[in-house]
Amino acid sequence: MNLELLQAYGPRMLSGLVTTLELVFISAGIGALMALPLALARNSRSRLLSVPAKCYILFFRGTPLLAQLFLIYYGAGQMRGPLDAFHVWWFFRDAFFCALFAFTINTTAYQAEILRAALGSLPRGQTEAAASLGLGSWVTLVRVLLPQAMILALRPLGNELILSLKASAIASIVTVPELMQATKLAFARSFEFQVYIWAAVIYFLMVEVVRRVWILFERRLTRHLVRAAV
Amino acid sequence: MTLKTMLAATALGLAVAGGAAQAKEWKSVRIAVEGVYPPFNYMDKGELTGFDVDVAKTLCTHMKVECTFVVQDWDGMIPGLLAGKYDAIASSMSITDERKKKVDFSDKYYNTPAHFMAATTSKVGDTSPKGLAGKTIGAQGSTTQASFLDKNYKDSTVKTYQSVDDASADLASGRVDLVFSDKVLLNEWMKKSSDGKCCELVGPDMSDPKDFGYGKGVAVRKDAPELLAMFNTAIKASLADGSYKADNDKYFPFSVY
Amino acid sequence: MGAFQLLSFGPEGWGSQLASGVWLTIRLAVATLPFGLASGLLLAIMINGRNRMLSRAALVFTTIFRALPELLTIFIIYYGLQFLIQAVVDAAWPGTSIEINGFLAGLFALGVVFASFASEIFVAGLRALPKGQAEAAHALGLSRGTAFVSVIAPQLFRLTLPGVGNLWFVLLKDTALVSVISLSDLMRQTTIAVSNTKQPIFFYGVTCLIYLCLSLVSGAVVALLEVRTNRAYRGAR
Repeated sequence: MNLELLQAYGPRMLSGLVTTLELVFISAGIGALMALPLALARNSRSRLLSVPAKCYILFFRGTPLLAQLFLIYYGAGQMRGPLDAFHVWWFFRDAFFCALFAFTINTTAYQAEILRAALGSLPRGQTEAAASLGLGSWVTLVRVLLPQAMILALRPLGNELILSLKASAIASIVTVPELMQATKLAFARSFEFQVYIWAAVIYFLMVEVVRRVWILFERRLTRHLVRAAV
Repeated sequence: MTLKTMLAATALGLAVAGGAAQAKEWKSVRIAVEGVYPPFNYMDKGELTGFDVDVAKTLCTHMKVECTFVVQDWDGMIPGLLAGKYDAIASSMSITDERKKKVDFSDKYYNTPAHFMAATTSKVGDTSPKGLAGKTIGAQGSTTQASFLDKNYKDSTVKTYQSVDDASADLASGRVDLVFSDKVLLNEWMKKSSDGKCCELVGPDMSDPKDFGYGKGVAVRKDAPELLAMFNTAIKASLADGSYKADNDKYFPFSVY
Repeated sequence: MGAFQLLSFGPEGWGSQLASGVWLTIRLAVATLPFGLASGLLLAIMINGRNRMLSRAALVFTTIFRALPELLTIFIIYYGLQFLIQAVVDAAWPGTSIEINGFLAGLFALGVVFASFASEIFVAGLRALPKGQAEAAHALGLSRGTAFVSVIAPQLFRLTLPGVGNLWFVLLKDTALVSVISLSDLMRQTTIAVSNTKQPIFFYGVTCLIYLCLSLVSGAVVALLEVRTNRAYRGAR
């Protein structure tokens, strides 16, 4: 470990780390809110709802995030006039917001697919039983189906959070001053290869922390199942 | 084999490696350029061209070596050279003391000043750090210009881009207020790019060697002094016999040396 | 300029550049697959094996490369691997220089990531096979190699196909990241077209659709393979 190097680039990398965390957790949070309606639309019997939802999920899961980010970032630059007219240019002017926007709509698609699969794997009998008890479809969803689906979805959702954390590094390519960009800058100035190793260690620790916290979280939410099994 | 003989053998091996590198006779040289820095180096219909490329070809003729060109992103220029992906960089790289710690530079083969560019509507007059406080300035990452901004324009937001072209595109769309780069390059962009009419040069030429280096040179690894000497001899020869001037006049109506 | 002209194969259009980018993207993904699968299987066998040192080492390796951003892995391998190999070559065969080109570095980086995730799938697959199978093969007098090739591997293929299929989609999309190490894949060619034409929406849109097509075609192939490998099991249900 080179102290001089750490002194010179440590603060910048630390503030980059904060930006990375903001990017990941805000997009994951908003994505979680939007994923459920999207999953329901995808599972809906109305084709008017299910077809657009299906296309959305297909598009964002089937193309590279980097391409999506470039489409939004450079596309917004091209569309400045119309965006100005709708008073949203201030949002797309900022690289951080562009990246946040791209990451959010991307993770929404992945989370929606996870929820859809979880909801779809519940036995049909559940819905029928709830209906014969006279529960409305909304109550059935919120009180009967979702709690079970969430347990099934918990692990893949955790994986998705980790994937988002790793994917956030590509925001560096559109000038967002996050951890990867700070690392590249430090490398470009110092030519010391070890800064990449520092970054690797930081990303590794972040992923491990998220993974372990998620396991604890999962255990807590499913403790009633463990006892039943014993 | 005992440990001692093994160590001795390894040391011998390393010595031989060193010797081999020193005695290397250069018949072919791989040269890296960025490829997105018009008019100095760029792709034209799939062909690498530009002033850097033509000068390098001229130098290669003088050196009587076969040259091949490698396109390399700017960020990875020096690391790629150190890693041995190519033997020289001829990509408008400024000769700075910082870089000299890692690589050797030939004598300069051209020198042009740095300059600010802003939107024609912006009415930026004063380009001192005070005048640009609160503004967002774009520059290419890992350049003398980016380092200069970082050091002196503490009250401005500095955004670093992969290429100057990306920064200029963001100036045209209004994401940054100014771009700071090479004057000739910016002029070329304003003339050639479809967005170019947006903007104009503002402020004075900036060329203090302590900030922007001693002109642009060819960079080689420190273990290749004989290659460096060949480049230096070739630069002198091309200046003397007019072949440099021919390259210069092909691109510029003025001398960039 | 109209869309047709922008995509034409003539000197004014970008059709041939994009096509060569698509070709490189496909070549890279297809070349990475066998390397990633073989290393993934090797890692899985190491993890499952009796040698604790090897098992530990393989686990650490896969845990690290599953956690690092792919972009960072690509940088580390592109610059780091070259130093390492050059040092080894210098020591062994002085005077020779070896060059890891962008394609190989990209293949290696993507392959390491692929292998790390694939090993997890293979470990689960190997554990899902009943122990009795290996024992029965042994009782029949099959050597360990033959037992693996003709008894274990075919079943492993069926069990791990959905997981491996998923990794293939990830790999296909991750190839876009090699554009940062100057490889002329689809993504990079698109960026060049955009910087020349100032038409980001059009070109990035087209590129997204090309990736989507590649994903859809792969999806169809994986589905076909799944049907084929599960043929024998349908009657048994």
